[in-house]
Amino acid sequence: MHIIENGNVAAALGVLLCRANVIAAYPITPQTPLTEKLSEYVESGEMKAEYIPVESEHSALAVCIAASSAGARAFTATSANGLLYMHEQVQWAAGARLPLVMCVVNRAVGAPWNVWNDQQDSISQRDTGWIQMYCCDHQQIIDSVIKAYWLAEKVSIPIMVCYDGYILSHTYMPFEVPDQEKVDAFLPPFRPDYALNHEEPANLNTVTLPDVRMDVRGEIAHGYMEIRYLLQEEMRTSLTVVAEAEKRFTDIFGRGGDPFIEPYLCDDAEYIAVGLGSLTYQLRVSVDVLRKEGIMVGVMGIRFYRPFPDVAIANALKGKKGVIVFEKALSYGYEGALVSDLKSALYEHLAGTGALPVVQNFILGIGGRDIRTEDLTQTLRAATKSRVAKEPVWIGLKI
Amino acid sequence: MNKEFIEIRWHGRGGQGAITAAKIVAAAAFVSGYAGVVMAPSFGTERRGAPVMTSLKISREKIYDLSPIETPDIIVVLDHLLLNESDVTCGLKPGGIIVLNTPNAVESYKFINYRMAIADITAISVEAGLPHGMVNTGIIGSLERATSLLGMDILIKGIEEEFSSRRPQNNSSAAKIAFERTVARG
Repeated sequence: MHIIENGNVAAALGVLLCRANVIAAYPITPQTPLTEKLSEYVESGEMKAEYIPVESEHSALAVCIAASSAGARAFTATSANGLLYMHEQVQWAAGARLPLVMCVVNRAVGAPWNVWNDQQDSISQRDTGWIQMYCCDHQQIIDSVIKAYWLAEKVSIPIMVCYDGYILSHTYMPFEVPDQEKVDAFLPPFRPDYALNHEEPANLNTVTLPDVRMDVRGEIAHGYMEIRYLLQEEMRTSLTVVAEAEKRFTDIFGRGGDPFIEPYLCDDAEYIAVGLGSLTYQLRVSVDVLRKEGIMVGVMGIRFYRPFPDVAIANALKGKKGVIVFEKALSYGYEGALVSDLKSALYEHLAGTGALPVVQNFILGIGGRDIRTEDLTQTLRAATKSRVAKEPVWIGLKI
Repeated sequence: MNKEFIEIRWHGRGGQGAITAAKIVAAAAFVSGYAGVVMAPSFGTERRGAPVMTSLKISREKIYDLSPIETPDIIVVLDHLLLNESDVTCGLKPGGIIVLNTPNAVESYKFINYRMAIADITAISVEAGLPHGMVNTGIIGSLERATSLLGMDILIKGIEEEFSSRRPQNNSSAAKIAFERTVARG
């Protein structure tokens, strides 16, 4: 069934369909309507879940960590400074290998205070050991939440489903709400190998020494470094599980595609614009304009930022003349985080092949600055003519 | 008006229900076969009584550009006093339509290059049995009269569904009366 609703409702419906058992959240703009919607589902009895109101985002994730440790399917959502306040527990959830799903409704971080969209919040959590997915429209939001639970529970790694604040969270558009039976067929109930149980007590994630040692059963137990190594290894191998999730989803729901990248007119393109989230859909409009002018340009959205799909990205960009990376975030003191990662992938896979494209970086939409399609078109047009600058270039800056 | 891709900007005051009205039209357009409908409210500063606006794009194809409307085909104004407070006609295409709730006569407006469709929706809504100041369903009747975009039947159905538990008949009747009484110029 198709409905017209906003992106927060799409996310809430995804959580409802996934039969999450525990929701703990603290309201923050622009995430608030998502958690309000979930509280309505629980209050009306439509959703059989515990909704636990908490006094902070840190506690919201702490509750989800406890619930997940006890075998519950847990959900939270936040934005901006809420995510930053949660940061200690964000790291903990990944180290504890809990299959949580959290929506990050992307918003600029303070200071100064700002409630509008950019992606500095989730990008700043890049190195926490969470999988990160980015959505371009409401269909991707609801579908990503469903895929995320399956994937998280398969690989025991928590997942952030990121979508642009206001631009998606508060905008209404049509999307298909999957049937509950299909979601149930896709996503079996959560059955962890071990769940906290008073009849079989255990200590979880206590002080773990630098080196390996005997555990209480007399077996050699991992040291801290082994546990962290496995997080990295299993994050990398989760790329194959992502592909498996996409195939499974496509088989059941009849829609899907490349799970890592979403290319538009890239095959014959000489230049490719790259980005995360709804911006890459807006760039399609600029690509259409420039194609009419005879400029061979395409656009590629990156769906998974962590694990970074380096092979898929390098393959898609191999032999292109130029890559133009648009970012709503940056690593202060250098350049956009995405462009650094992308250049690393290109160097690793294409250095010495003669197929290495020139890479340019543009920063835009920071703190919700309007992103005009006309500006995108002009930027792309100029960037295909010559390299604008080595440093990141800010679009629409009035300084 | 190009009926393949239409951009409508709604101007109202916080609490007047401009977003709900735009949502009703969006849903009706989608049911009518417009695969692309995107309704994007202005963000972040909603307060009761303050000027608010929302963008509604309607297209035969999926819409990939979610940025705010810059050059609307139509503006819908739920309170005529907004004309004095902000630049509501900003970017309106030449020949574009202003749909306005006003007690004033159409002659009192001096817009050049724009078509107008006006009705006293505030009075009509009271006549239809709605509380004073509820104008967001009535204005849909005026919009349809000015554009013949979707047909009244589907809009009435949408209004009655949206307001199924809140005076559905009064709301749809406001739209019907407004449709009849809308005065057009240009």
